[in-house]
Amino acid sequence: MSGTWMTTRAWLLMLPLLVVMVAVIGWPLVDTVGLSFTDAKLVGTAGNFVGIDNYTKMLSSSNFSRTLVTTTWFAVASVAIEMVIGVLAALLLNQEFRGRTFLRALMILPWALPTVVNATLWRLIYNPEYGALNAALRQLHLIDAYRSWLGEPGTALAALIIADCWKNFPLVALIALAALQAVPRDITAASLVDGAGPFARFRFVILPYLAGPLMVALVLRTIEAFKVFDIIWVMTRGGPANSTRTLSILVYQEAFSFQRAGSGASLALIVTLLVTVLALAYAALVKKTAGSAT
Amino acid sequence: MERKSPAFTVFIYVCAVLLAVVILAPIAWLFVMSISPAADLAAKPLRWWPQSADFSRYEQLLSTAENSAGAAFTASLRNSLEIAGMATVAALLLAIPAGWAVSRTPSIGWSLSMVIATYMLPPVALAVPLYMGLSYLGLLNNVFGLAVVYLTILAPFTTWLMKSGFDAIPREIEAAAMIDGAGLFQTLRIITLPLAAPVVATSALFAVLLAWDEFFYALLFTSDQRAKTLTVAIADLAGGRVSDYGLIATAGVLAALPPVLIGLVMQRALISGLTSGGVKG
Repeated sequence: MSGTWMTTRAWLLMLPLLVVMVAVIGWPLVDTVGLSFTDAKLVGTAGNFVGIDNYTKMLSSSNFSRTLVTTTWFAVASVAIEMVIGVLAALLLNQEFRGRTFLRALMILPWALPTVVNATLWRLIYNPEYGALNAALRQLHLIDAYRSWLGEPGTALAALIIADCWKNFPLVALIALAALQAVPRDITAASLVDGAGPFARFRFVILPYLAGPLMVALVLRTIEAFKVFDIIWVMTRGGPANSTRTLSILVYQEAFSFQRAGSGASLALIVTLLVTVLALAYAALVKKTAGSAT
Repeated sequence: MERKSPAFTVFIYVCAVLLAVVILAPIAWLFVMSISPAADLAAKPLRWWPQSADFSRYEQLLSTAENSAGAAFTASLRNSLEIAGMATVAALLLAIPAGWAVSRTPSIGWSLSMVIATYMLPPVALAVPLYMGLSYLGLLNNVFGLAVVYLTILAPFTTWLMKSGFDAIPREIEAAAMIDGAGLFQTLRIITLPLAAPVVATSALFAVLLAWDEFFYALLFTSDQRAKTLTVAIADLAGGRVSDYGLIATAGVLAALPPVLIGLVMQRALISGLTSGGVKG
């Protein structure tokens, strides 16, 4: 069989996927770019061409800069905590103890719990009147009066980060555990003979095996965290006083609540650009890590 | 193995118990809330364990009596099942041929890379045109419309999983069948697909889980019982004026049950699917 025919056949088999992807992703993305240069409303008239007005307006608004800070803070804090706790949990699950299989099976639960259910669950836990957190802290005499954890700008974002970490650290733990199980036993044994302490062993023997998979987990989690919408919408809708408003929530408000499709589109593309830059920077980092680890 | 001091063993067990409590406590509390009488949940100090288990909320939510809380809930349950089912089947129909093609003809791999790169796109970047397009086609608040939109998430992911699955099947087996005179589609049907069945199953499960979990598009593109999904129904309950928190918890338990069961039963397959991306990069 000739190579050309093989390639043609492969393209034919790819075709349905590519057609659908162009229809549901390619065309909408191009259309978003077009819309971002107009003052179109969500319903009704097509809108007039306004050049880069939307972009300059959005980029210079204090809403945008404040939301960017909130989003970055959410992404950095939640991903950092998830990575640290996830790796610690994986190191634990890689030890030998009774009930290990059961504990490993438990790790799948938070991951499998739908995001909206997780958000609802934590919203109930944080409830200012009847929530379990207030009740527990009060009964342990750690607080004097019930607090509105999601209702105060000072605590709302931290409360969201905790809820997000609880759901997502097990995924990091499972990825790290799979990597740990790939570390050859004789290497760890040899390092023991050579007198390496636990920290030296982690740093120089185990970490090289973890670095690659963890970098990938880090990239995926950061991109997800930067796009975060669901958990915030269900728990706080960006409030109180916009203290938990992330970029995706801001785009939603602009395009759908205020029905300003044009400026909403420009904002969405700014977010897309930020995520892309982030992903490319990470991709370079992953390549470097992969190169140095082996 | 390394020698372990008793102190180290105790430390390991303390950590293990701590981890188990951290994972289990919120989930257990969700279930306890769902079976606690409303008075217990509003009691101060809070009653952590119900005086008597009350399963009436499950009955209430699963009843289909008209205009009840159950009618809205069961409608959203049916919508979620329909949408997840349709989107998963459609995604696999696209993913299996595409995944095989890329696996056997690496020179076209860049096209799959482009498809997968769309993962970076925040859904908000597509939402406005999709909304206008669905509105134009009369597919807003429609299960078919939402299932098509879900292909933006499901199709790239399943194709990538299928491609790695086909990579693990030696092409020599296919070549042998063809030498024996089987045509391409015959070979795929008789040889390749049966071998790839576990990967197809894993991909289908991931696709169902992704569709079941989706919230953003469902929130935007559905407005009533004809198409609202479970996630939107639960968000409505959580954000609405429901005074019985136990009812919200019950809805959460019911919505979490299918994916949690899938997760527990299919643990091994799911983890290998999750980590293959992580390990291979």
